[in-house]
Amino acid sequence: MNMLRFMVRRVLSGLVVIWVVTTATFFLFFKAVPEQAVARLLAGKAASPQVLHTVARNLGLTQPILVQYWHFLGRLVHGNLGKSYYLQEPVTTVIKQFLPVTVSLVIGGVLLWLIVGLAVGIISATRARSLFDRISTAGVLAGVSAPTFVVGQLLLLLVFLPLSKTAFHWISQTPASIGNGFGKWSGYFVLGWVTLAIVQAAVYTRLSRGSLLDTLGEDYIRTARAKGLSERRVLYRHALRSALTPVVSQLGVDLGALLGGVLVVEQVFGFQGLGFETVQSIFRGDTPVVLGTVILATFFVVLCNLIVDMLYGVLDPRVRII
Amino acid sequence: MSVTEIQFQTQGMESAPAQVIEGRSQWQLTWRRLRHDRMAVASMVVILCVCAAALMAPLVATWTGHPVLTPFPGKGTNAFGNPVGPGTHGFLLGTDNLGRDLLVRILYGARISLFVGLLTTAIAAVAGTSIGLVSGYFGGFVDTLLARFVDAVLSFPVVITALALAAVLGPSLQIVIGVIAFFSWAGIARIVRGQTLSLKEKEYIEAARSIGANPWRIMFVDILPNLLGPILVLSTLYIPTAVAFEATLSFLGIGVPLPTASWGNILAIANDYYQVAWWYVVFPAAALLATTLAFNLLGDGIRDAMDPRTERIFASSKAKRQRRRRTVRQKVAVPAEGS
Repeated sequence: MNMLRFMVRRVLSGLVVIWVVTTATFFLFFKAVPEQAVARLLAGKAASPQVLHTVARNLGLTQPILVQYWHFLGRLVHGNLGKSYYLQEPVTTVIKQFLPVTVSLVIGGVLLWLIVGLAVGIISATRARSLFDRISTAGVLAGVSAPTFVVGQLLLLLVFLPLSKTAFHWISQTPASIGNGFGKWSGYFVLGWVTLAIVQAAVYTRLSRGSLLDTLGEDYIRTARAKGLSERRVLYRHALRSALTPVVSQLGVDLGALLGGVLVVEQVFGFQGLGFETVQSIFRGDTPVVLGTVILATFFVVLCNLIVDMLYGVLDPRVRII
Repeated sequence: MSVTEIQFQTQGMESAPAQVIEGRSQWQLTWRRLRHDRMAVASMVVILCVCAAALMAPLVATWTGHPVLTPFPGKGTNAFGNPVGPGTHGFLLGTDNLGRDLLVRILYGARISLFVGLLTTAIAAVAGTSIGLVSGYFGGFVDTLLARFVDAVLSFPVVITALALAAVLGPSLQIVIGVIAFFSWAGIARIVRGQTLSLKEKEYIEAARSIGANPWRIMFVDILPNLLGPILVLSTLYIPTAVAFEATLSFLGIGVPLPTASWGNILAIANDYYQVAWWYVVFPAAALLATTLAFNLLGDGIRDAMDPRTERIFASSKAKRQRRRRTVRQKVAVPAEGS
């Protein structure tokens, strides 16, 4: 029963957060983007004031802002995010159209950074103070410090450019989806994945190393060793499981906030994904699309935090959610 | 002061020869440890160099005769209109797409980065500390309200909202500072609140309250000094984040507007020229990386210096060797004394 009550409370507070962020963004944008500018965008520069007024009225922009807000909330409850001013399509369609590229980027990036981050973290922790540990610690600091776009640009300059001059053409800049075959797809996205991995894996290396070192010093690990279990079993079955708790919670936070990082990567490499489209929409004053992406992004932040809280109990039996 | 510390000191006094032992404050001890941490000292040197570079920017501009905003078409660009490389025609680090001196622009960029990094961190530290103190000390309704507000700020999709804000309000230096400060204070507030919650239960706070000190005095005179350490560490680690944030916003075209030079907007244009002008990417990127890395290292160093238990991987090997020798000598010496 406690579990159920906890979940209900978390879902409700998550909904409140989504509502607050959405409302703030709504008023920010409707105050900032004047209806005349929107109408002019749609009707063209030569439109007469009457035409402009008709366009604005058809969009519902001449109504008082609270009425507009009420309509907006009503649509939102039904999963309708409105219609893009610029593309003249429902925002959900626009998001669906640009989402595959972003999802490709995220899946590859997350897999790569988890594998690299955890592997390096575990090796560093089991061989603390070794040469490998020192090098990885230095690498982690560099990775944590580097802004995403700088990593991307340096990869373009130092990896893509020299390779493109040789006969090695796996890494390419021709857009490809998974439908074009794995080779082409991975070749198109690999630099983006590596960029995300370099920036993020650092955090996970530091985190998993620290928490594994702490866990390996615990009494129950000594007990497990005293039972005569193999070192491998002690490490992977006993230590790693509870050492992963902070990693999982960090993953939840990062996945939620990932859209921001992905946006920068898409900008550097010219991937036409959701982040790219959001930047375009911001510059066009296409409020519905921006609002839609912000709602989606906030939804992910809240959802990921919720999943993390649920996973705590599964990973670490000592944690009891109340 | 903890119980073990007191015990340690009394032990020290018992066995100490009759001479005056100078007391050292927490800050003196921290400074002593920091001075012996090679990486921390190196990062301080790098930071001082960046500061000096920022201060000397106008000097270098007059010295080389290349003002920051003046393009030199012909001299600063080649036959195709592309930038010229380092060392050509007196441009030490080459030129940018319009034929402006890259060195001078990077030096001016350092001013923006340092200014934004330090100012936003200062604002965030003051705001975060005040809100965290008030929230933690008063508790109750005020705390609930402020804590929820902190939660809301922390769950904004930061980059997108910052983008939207900057785009809506029009890109300018003030907006960039405002946006970064707005998204930075919440993390500090959360930690200060947590610390305040535990500190306000201590006896000396009760004592202060019993002699009739008002809440503001207790918060800022009695509690705050105990929090300065963590706040200093956090702030040092926020500076590189703010510098990177400014560069990212400028890179996306909504930060510091052109023609003002900032590392972010230099790199934004360099993104189109990386195939013909490596220096255009490498030098500003190196400046940015060196600065953020140095602040991160310094922050880590200060944290380690404040916490004597932390293992210091980067501590100088000489000191470690000495320490080892000393422990060996003690181990040898102890049985000798006993026998």
